Amino acid sequence: MLIDFFLKLKSHKLPVSIKEYLTLIEALQKGVIGPSVDDFYYLSRAALVKDEANFDKFDRAFSEFWQGVETIPGIEAQIPLEWLLKQVELTLSEEEKKQIEALGGWEKLMETLKQRLEEQKGRHQGGKKWIGTAGTSPFGAYGYNPEGIRIGQDKSRNRSAVKVWDQREYRNLDDSVELGTRNIKVALRRLRRFAREGSPEEFDLDHTIDSTAKKAYLDIHMRPERRNTVKVLMLLDIGGTMDDHVKLCEELFSAAKTEFKHFEHFYFHNCLYDFVWKDNRRRHAERTRTWDLLHKYGHDYKVIFVGDATMSPYEILQPGGSIEYFNEEPGAMWVKRVTDIYSKCVWLNPEPEEIWPYRQSIQVMKELMNGRMFPTTLAGLEKAMKLLAK
Amino acid sequence: MRFNGTEEYVSTDDLTLAVNAAITLQRPLLVKGEPGTGKTMLAVQVAKALGVPLLEWHIKSTTKAQQGLYEYDAVSRLRDSQLGDARVHDIHNYIVKGMLWQAFAADEPVVLLIDEVDKADIEFPNDLLRELDRMEFYVYETRELIKARHRPIVFITSNNEKELPDAFLRRCFFHYIRFPDKETMEKIVEVHFPGLKKSLLREAMEVFFEIREVPGLKKKPSTSELLDWLKLLLAEDIPPEALHSKDRKTIIPPLHGALLKNEQDVHLFERLVFMTRAKGG
Repeated sequence: MLIDFFLKLKSHKLPVSIKEYLTLIEALQKGVIGPSVDDFYYLSRAALVKDEANFDKFDRAFSEFWQGVETIPGIEAQIPLEWLLKQVELTLSEEEKKQIEALGGWEKLMETLKQRLEEQKGRHQGGKKWIGTAGTSPFGAYGYNPEGIRIGQDKSRNRSAVKVWDQREYRNLDDSVELGTRNIKVALRRLRRFAREGSPEEFDLDHTIDSTAKKAYLDIHMRPERRNTVKVLMLLDIGGTMDDHVKLCEELFSAAKTEFKHFEHFYFHNCLYDFVWKDNRRRHAERTRTWDLLHKYGHDYKVIFVGDATMSPYEILQPGGSIEYFNEEPGAMWVKRVTDIYSKCVWLNPEPEEIWPYRQSIQVMKELMNGRMFPTTLAGLEKAMKLLAK
Repeated sequence: MRFNGTEEYVSTDDLTLAVNAAITLQRPLLVKGEPGTGKTMLAVQVAKALGVPLLEWHIKSTTKAQQGLYEYDAVSRLRDSQLGDARVHDIHNYIVKGMLWQAFAADEPVVLLIDEVDKADIEFPNDLLRELDRMEFYVYETRELIKARHRPIVFITSNNEKELPDAFLRRCFFHYIRFPDKETMEKIVEVHFPGLKKSLLREAMEVFFEIREVPGLKKKPSTSELLDWLKLLLAEDIPPEALHSKDRKTIIPPLHGALLKNEQDVHLFERLVFMTRAKGG
């Protein structure tokens, strides 16, 4: 039975391993817990889930598995009716029972319930018709309808297990949360590449001992300090549709600036064309030609584009597509040049990933980047950094 | 050995269970949670409850895994050799035992706390895999294998600054200390300030949970901040009425500096209060 449980967790994409599963079995064997579902829930969580971001997934899987266990074979829906009936009888007052009679009695109520259970596929909360919690349908728990049937609201064991995982308290810890600078910095740290370069300033103890032992006199050795040598070039889209994402971009920018020693940034508008700039107030006076940029920064730089890539596809694909001036070469050409020169190159998009397929320009840009476009969530950023660090 | 919370530490059911599972199976317990929810205190209290010694190993960004095992003090040996000290002939004199070694060599099982494991370099946990799994390591200088006489009860805390490697996680039990609900919080306060005036406590808790609700705070106040704040309220002898107003949102609670530790948070909070006040007026 527990193998099913293990497989259920796997099918919910939880990173569980056999070693952890064996640990759980061992714990059960040694009698760490009593025969209580609550305890089993806590124990299996402690043994199998190692990241609070996965608690929500675990809760869902557990809930699904548990419903499966409670099903009595032969009944179509997920909730055993006999069990329900007893439950209902227990919780109803005399008056309520009379009201049920008025509705056509048990028989009819159960018939309707069965019907609805068949119609209803997923879990449901609120609303007026479907079975679930906190609604006004006659079926489901925590509702207001006096003729209602309680499902899954187990009064006698008030702190019942069903409640614990059904609450799904960990849902906002899923790692698509918004980013704070600290989180971003941690994600950016993946890009660290340590190397010793420059003038020898640090005392090299091991080498000194080795060489002293060999030469039989004190022979001091120095070495250069260990530094993060990764080089990052960040190109940020600014203005227009990016105004919605200013806070996020600021955070990303400030985190990147403090994290990398070799960090360069430039701005562009909507799409990369033949020039970029460093200071938005003097963008028309002090421009850098994109050609110069490509020549100046070596191919060992890692390039990060930040932009929503939301524009008319013409702005990318057509010469003269820029909304600001007449560009002789299409933006796509420039993006392609960048991806050709810099093998480590990603695009971070602050728009939520779900809407990408509906915006043509995002699709075009993603294709230009060879699919290396990531959302600016923690998970997305980490994926991007992993790719850059490879 | 079983842990059931102590007089000074309120342990929720799930936490107690995780601790006991770790003790029974002799696996390390990894504890995460918001800062100030009592991760480090847990190890201290477990040691106290079980009546065993506690060894603490605090991790810094420069800590190496090797330092937890032992360090070979080559410099002082070099110096001794030049001064002609007799000690120099025995290498054991220059091997300094680390926390893990001390825990392994102890006569009774001990509680070992590895605090803030995420502060160290990314490779740090990987360097401790065998040590934590088999509870043994090899000393190259003296060619000895050090084996744990009793497997220590290991607690590892993390603030989530770095992801820990999967191989490491698989060897641990895991518990995430959730922010306590009102009921648990009241128990915690009762433990720290027995007999606190009911009225003051009620007012203070409401203010506290309201501040936690303020959207956009960089660092939400946590349990330890609440306890500090109550301490201050008691020390200053602030009457409960001072915390109370018909519309609590229009006053700034006294000594709020103990709850909000970030300048921007204080500004944000004050601005919100002024805005509600302006609306109300």
